[in-house]
Amino acid sequence: MRVLVCVKRVPAPGAKINITADGLAVDTAYLAFTTSPHEECAVEEAVQLVERHGGESTVLTLGPAEADEQLRYAASLGVTKAVLLPTDGGDWDPQRTARALTEAILSIEAADGAFDLILFGNESADSGGFQVGVRVARALGRPVVNGIKGIDVGDGVVTAKREAEAGMEVYELPMPAVLGVKEGINLPRYPTLKGRLASKKVDVGHLEPHAEPGGQSLVTLARPAEQVSSTVILGSGPEAATAVVDLLEELGVLK
Amino acid sequence: MKVLVLIEHDRGALASASLEALTAARSLGSVQAVTIGAAADPLAAVLAEHGARVVHQVHHDLLTDYGPEAWGDSLAQLVWAIDPQVVLACGTDRGNEVMAHLAAITDLPFVANCLEIMPTDGPWSITRVRWGGSLLEQCTVSSGRTLLSVAHHAVEASPAPVESSTESFTPDLSPSSARSQVRTRVERAAGVTLATAPVVVGGGRGVGSPEGFAPLEELAGLLGGVVGCSRAVTNNGWRNHTDQVGQTGTRIAPDLYFACGISGAIQHWVGAMASKKILAINTDPEANMVAKADYAVIGDLHQVVPAISAEIRRRRG
Repeated sequence: MRVLVCVKRVPAPGAKINITADGLAVDTAYLAFTTSPHEECAVEEAVQLVERHGGESTVLTLGPAEADEQLRYAASLGVTKAVLLPTDGGDWDPQRTARALTEAILSIEAADGAFDLILFGNESADSGGFQVGVRVARALGRPVVNGIKGIDVGDGVVTAKREAEAGMEVYELPMPAVLGVKEGINLPRYPTLKGRLASKKVDVGHLEPHAEPGGQSLVTLARPAEQVSSTVILGSGPEAATAVVDLLEELGVLK
Repeated sequence: MKVLVLIEHDRGALASASLEALTAARSLGSVQAVTIGAAADPLAAVLAEHGARVVHQVHHDLLTDYGPEAWGDSLAQLVWAIDPQVVLACGTDRGNEVMAHLAAITDLPFVANCLEIMPTDGPWSITRVRWGGSLLEQCTVSSGRTLLSVAHHAVEASPAPVESSTESFTPDLSPSSARSQVRTRVERAAGVTLATAPVVVGGGRGVGSPEGFAPLEELAGLLGGVVGCSRAVTNNGWRNHTDQVGQTGTRIAPDLYFACGISGAIQHWVGAMASKKILAINTDPEANMVAKADYAVIGDLHQVVPAISAEIRRRRG
């Protein structure tokens, strides 16, 4: 089978997110970058699907030239092909991103054949628009479900599980289909040394994106007002247990 | 201004998040609501109590259970028929999903997880959340019709009873619309879940091993709570992802959250910040979680947690 996984390069912040002086981006001077968490799992799922069913997987991203790093990381885990839609690094709105991805997918499929399954992350860690996968699926006329934590591919049908309040919902989509994957679907592997070396040699395809901007524009980013810290220190070590249980009684959680 | 609110329900059971959406919608204009599927018809009364002047009840044989495409198609057809200036949902999994379908069908922008909405004659100015709530984005949206979701838990639902009527609407759906419908369910076993537990005992990297969670399990058991963990723990394979509290795990809101050996990275904090009270147990007094918590014990969780359990047992006799 042919599987496509779409990923996004995002900063990996620790305890605090700082913003650049112009207010338009996260200050990444001291930050590493990663693949958005849900998409790390989508990459792992793509690799596992091909291991189970044969075929090949492709990873696609829209982002700055540096997103080559995330494509090669996916390749180091076993994804066969990689395609970058290079941008100047500015903020692309969801409509524009979806248009560019759709155009690229159609172009890849025209050359290499249709994808049976296209995987997205449920939402990106940074901008969290919750829509790019759905827009792409609609533009391609393919069924799509988000929030997927289990994928089972059968004959022309993919069974997908989604966690909901009442339990797991089970969907059965005719392929080709699109799924928005959530972290927890699997535990992503780490690259092997062999995988890392092989990923350096992968020929990353470049396709110039031409999509027009959509109707949503970023004006500025800000940190929410910090709550003044007023942590009550109940004590040190096991001797603090008395004070803790006093607190439990006071809060009414000790019944 | 006519505002249409998408009401979320599961086979007729109302998602309380939708009442937040109705409450937020009232500040924008005259509120109408839409329920999709006949199972939701009995919700009209509670929607009227929350300010819906008209409740559009979408009926079709293909709408027996939730399906993002069928719901999106139905909503789009209703929007074309009644022409609201704003369509709004609560920013839940289903809310954002159906709104994304509406946005894709109508090729309009969709602004997810909004906190503040300022309509103007020109582009609207909107504040929304990024990074699970740890960053605010101010953006503008230019569109003849504004599609929004309001961040879950950002607005407290409140009643505002109005005179209300119901209208039946039958969309034109083809069977392909229902190809992404829920087919079956695996019902959850009864019991306390991470999302609903009154007490959560969370462990981070500091727990050190899968076995290290035993004292946390014990404390959670004594308090009728459950154990949670940070992403570092899941990535190490110490616990299942279903226990993960965080941006990409479960958002919790217990009365009390014990954060044991958790440094408090953004990823974890946004999942824990809705807790009513947080008690951090950490060897590092400078840890971010200690700084953000309401209470803290400085010390090794491997000693402090069993001591708390022992003290609870002692008092209970």
